[in-house]
Amino acid sequence: MYQTTYHRASSVAEAVKLLADSGDGKFVAGGQTLIPTMKQRLAAPTDLIDLRHISELKGISFSGNEVRIGAGTTHAEVASNAALAGICPAICHLAGHIGDPHVRHMGTIGGSLANNDPAADYPAAVLALGATVHTSKRSIAADDFFAGLFTTALEEDEIITAVSFTAPEKAGYAKFPNPASRYALTGVFVAKRPDGVRVAVTGAGEDGVFRAEALEQALSTSFDPSALNGISLPYDGLLSDIHASAEYRAHLIVVMAKRAVEAANA
Amino acid sequence: MAEISMTVNGRKVTATVEDRTLLVHFLREHLGLTGTHVGCDTSQCGACVVHLDGKAVKSCTMLAAQASGSEVLTIEGLAQDGELHPVQAAFKEYHGLQCGFCTPGMIMAAVDIINRHPNGLDEKTVREELEGNICRCTGYHNIVKAILAASEAMRGRAAEAA
Ligand SMILES: Cc1cc2nc3c(=O)[nH]c(=O)nc-3n(C[C@H](O)[C@H](O)[C@H](O)COP(=O)(O)OP(=O)(O)OC[C@H]3O[C@@H](n4cnc5c(N)ncnc54)[C@H](O)[C@@H]3O)c2cc1C
Repeated sequence: MYQTTYHRASSVAEAVKLLADSGDGKFVAGGQTLIPTMKQRLAAPTDLIDLRHISELKGISFSGNEVRIGAGTTHAEVASNAALAGICPAICHLAGHIGDPHVRHMGTIGGSLANNDPAADYPAAVLALGATVHTSKRSIAADDFFAGLFTTALEEDEIITAVSFTAPEKAGYAKFPNPASRYALTGVFVAKRPDGVRVAVTGAGEDGVFRAEALEQALSTSFDPSALNGISLPYDGLLSDIHASAEYRAHLIVVMAKRAVEAANA
Repeated sequence: MAEISMTVNGRKVTATVEDRTLLVHFLREHLGLTGTHVGCDTSQCGACVVHLDGKAVKSCTMLAAQASGSEVLTIEGLAQDGELHPVQAAFKEYHGLQCGFCTPGMIMAAVDIINRHPNGLDEKTVREELEGNICRCTGYHNIVKAILAASEAMRGRAAEAA
């Protein structure tokens, strides 16, 4: 790892200021992506501004059916929140299957979304739930947030503060984990809402997470796995790598979508 | 340089380290606590697992400065008054190791797993929970047996104490 200078922020405003005063600084939350990347010398921020001790970024709150998850909430906290499991168990299930217990104790929802790894789990949930990403500057609809591989609508000095969404009528997530990394080889999140069904796919798209409109239409007619029988998706725009071909991923999307609907209906 | 202070195995320590120092290197090289191992360079193997404020974390994926102000427990801090921790005793009893390299991380992970499942464990849960700890010798069988036995032993003790 190259040299860096560590700073600990105690508020969002202080973190923004520390970043502005740094040369080429970066925020660090759980560090479960950034620290490994720095160890490999693929990132070399001059300064690290630690967000982990900012209390305003923490916690899960509810107002009726509205859910708000602070950006600094860890995967383990989301996975084990009983009130959240009561109204949207799919997101708890998703968080509980990210990486391993040690990663889940540190990694945060804000870090995962800011990083927008094409194989990360949370982007699928946030897009399918039609969530809103709140930042230190504004609120961004999920449909406008994800902007391609490791790219988001965030500006350099913009901090995600929370994610909010209306609890869906039903939701489910199914992922086919890469057997080595446990990231999604293909993961599908389905959410049934009063205005229709949204289906978001991670791990499979060349540009990262995306919505599968063909599956949304079929499931809006009938929210049952059988509604997806016979659908085959086009291969273009899908990832092909040593782990799986685009053809295989196209097939997996439908299989995972069926399992996600089954989980949602269970 | 970063001024850091933390409690390690119940002892308060302070030091001045390079900001980029990983927690695992601080433990091993500054404090001489070489029980915590470095097995990979990619945050995957779990040989470096310690507890930070009571939770299992990978000490290779955190700067010492990030851990400043926290309580750290390493494998050296588990045994009390010369008596092995029940998980250590179970790894010995069930031969949950061969070369031993992954063992400190396995044991720290196991204690965390048992703490988070006070109502007991089954084999499937243990295997899922060991996702972040890689052993290249044993095929995990005896590790799983040891953790299940330790979980029972610790529940027995808790029941006795109650
Ligand atoms: C072994 C291993 C397995 C994993 N498996 C999975 C998996 O199966 N699925 C999965 O989805 N992920 C997986 N991950 C990644 C993990 O979920 C990370 O926690 C997550 O991607 C990043 O969150 P973090 O809090 O650790 O962010 P950090 O690593 O601290 O930061 C990541 C990036 O986000 C930025 N950032 C962090 N917080 C904010 C914020 N609030 N506002 C703006 N920018 C911010 C940072 O500047 C940095 O660029 C795995 C990681 C490891 C090490």
